[in-house]
Amino acid sequence: MASKIYQCIETIGNRIIEQKEFLTELDREIGDADHGINMARGFTEALAVLPKDSDNIGEVLKKTGMTLLSKVGGASGPLYGTAYMQAGKVLAGKTSLSPEDGKAVFEAVIAGIQKRGKAVKGEKTMLDAIIPAYEAYTAALDGGASIGDALDAMCKAAEEGVEFTKTIIATKGRASYLGERSIGHQDPGATSATYTLECIRDFVKGI
Amino acid sequence: MKKLINGVDNVVDEMLRGMAAAHPEYVERVEGTDVMVRTGAKKTDKVVLISGGGSGHEPAHGGYVGKGMLDGAVAGAVFTSPTPDQVYEAIKATECGKGALLIIKNYTGDVMNFEMAADMAADEDIEVEKVIVADDVAVENSTWTTGRRGIAGTIFVHKIAGAKAEEGASLQEVKAVAEKVIANVRSMGMGIEPCTVPAVGKPGFELADDEVEIGIGIHGEPGTHKEKISSASATVDQLLDKILAEGIYGAGDKVAVMVNGMGATPLSELYIANLEVSKVLADKGIKVAKTLVGNFMTSLEMAGFSITLLKLDDELEALLNAPADTPAFTQF
Repeated sequence: MASKIYQCIETIGNRIIEQKEFLTELDREIGDADHGINMARGFTEALAVLPKDSDNIGEVLKKTGMTLLSKVGGASGPLYGTAYMQAGKVLAGKTSLSPEDGKAVFEAVIAGIQKRGKAVKGEKTMLDAIIPAYEAYTAALDGGASIGDALDAMCKAAEEGVEFTKTIIATKGRASYLGERSIGHQDPGATSATYTLECIRDFVKGI
Repeated sequence: MKKLINGVDNVVDEMLRGMAAAHPEYVERVEGTDVMVRTGAKKTDKVVLISGGGSGHEPAHGGYVGKGMLDGAVAGAVFTSPTPDQVYEAIKATECGKGALLIIKNYTGDVMNFEMAADMAADEDIEVEKVIVADDVAVENSTWTTGRRGIAGTIFVHKIAGAKAEEGASLQEVKAVAEKVIANVRSMGMGIEPCTVPAVGKPGFELADDEVEIGIGIHGEPGTHKEKISSASATVDQLLDKILAEGIYGAGDKVAVMVNGMGATPLSELYIANLEVSKVLADKGIKVAKTLVGNFMTSLEMAGFSITLLKLDDELEALLNAPADTPAFTQF
């Protein structure tokens, strides 16, 4: 049977592949109509090349990142590639995870994406889902919530972050060329990041 | 969608194979990659120039691989930046100890992927520099955008930096002349009909029958506004106004002009546009030292065109007029 980390990546990959057309349509409205296509190509390859039975979480995540980096292209490739590789670095050698590991992963992922994309919160990017998700997750755990409740709070914040991207002007990426015309549209990267977090929640809660 | 293809997944691969089959005297494909290099690369003993980007802009960039221009071109998926490993392969396949200059069009994805490749090369002690072309005046350059896009003006960077490298200049000298071109080149385009990315299957944007997009980007990104189509002369005047408002080009200056087709615009219309360009520049006392009219940086089957002006000094003019021999651009 495939390892848990492989199954988790598989859940994420399948969701992205399933939402390929919707993500591409979002990107057609304010970007260059390739987000879903590119992400689906990356995850299709990742699911084919990842070691199915390795329970070395760090190694599987690193390999996922390298595959996305070499297959996705555009801006999503370096950003998601960096995110998975940073997560892999934090979790090097681990075969199981604690709620605290989740915080460390979030911090490394956010730092990696910010460094590569030179973006901050409020620019209509994936960070508008990921940063609030991190804050909600951390606050819930610090307040004594169970991991399940913390993951629910994380996803709720990410979904609100996606809604928030509809209200703001894009200042990073191709959507920035639209200026005010980008208002009213949700950010494709924030959307795919939220799918990722939802899959992680559903997977962890299902274990 | 009506396209002359064998399948949406094969577009880039078959385009590159067809190109290699057409021009074996100029280019070859690095096996297992989407990289085109000069036939017999690695023997040049000079600074190498590498460019690339999403496919769909042919002849950019593979068509400019050859003597006096590029050493390597990296092809991404249609309208999608190539990945860092592919750019790194291009560096490895061409670099011969004198360093590599990466010529990047200013798009978020291109910049990130090429920068990661530069990091990978630096780890291997290969000397790499990069320049970012941002010639599109349709986009206001402010802290509120990702910056101006790199469009057809990139071809002048290929030509002039390529000629400089061919003379045996150092990496820093080649980079400096590329930066000089970038500082003096401005472009603006407009779209008449949209184009369809094969994998998407429908047009990237919509225009009414009598409508055009002024300031369009090379992937069909929006420009400044949509308006009702007007005459070629009025359209040229509008684009040139915005380019001339940059304050770079004045009476007595020498410029090179490029009137570039987006893919589906007939050459006859490009010449009609160029007539107005030449009239306006003559009225302003700007001397045209060289004019290029044709399809240099296309956007699949988009209809429309762009105008590029490059202010020349003696160095840039000499390098622009130096010989080049590539599949898409040859002069003696």
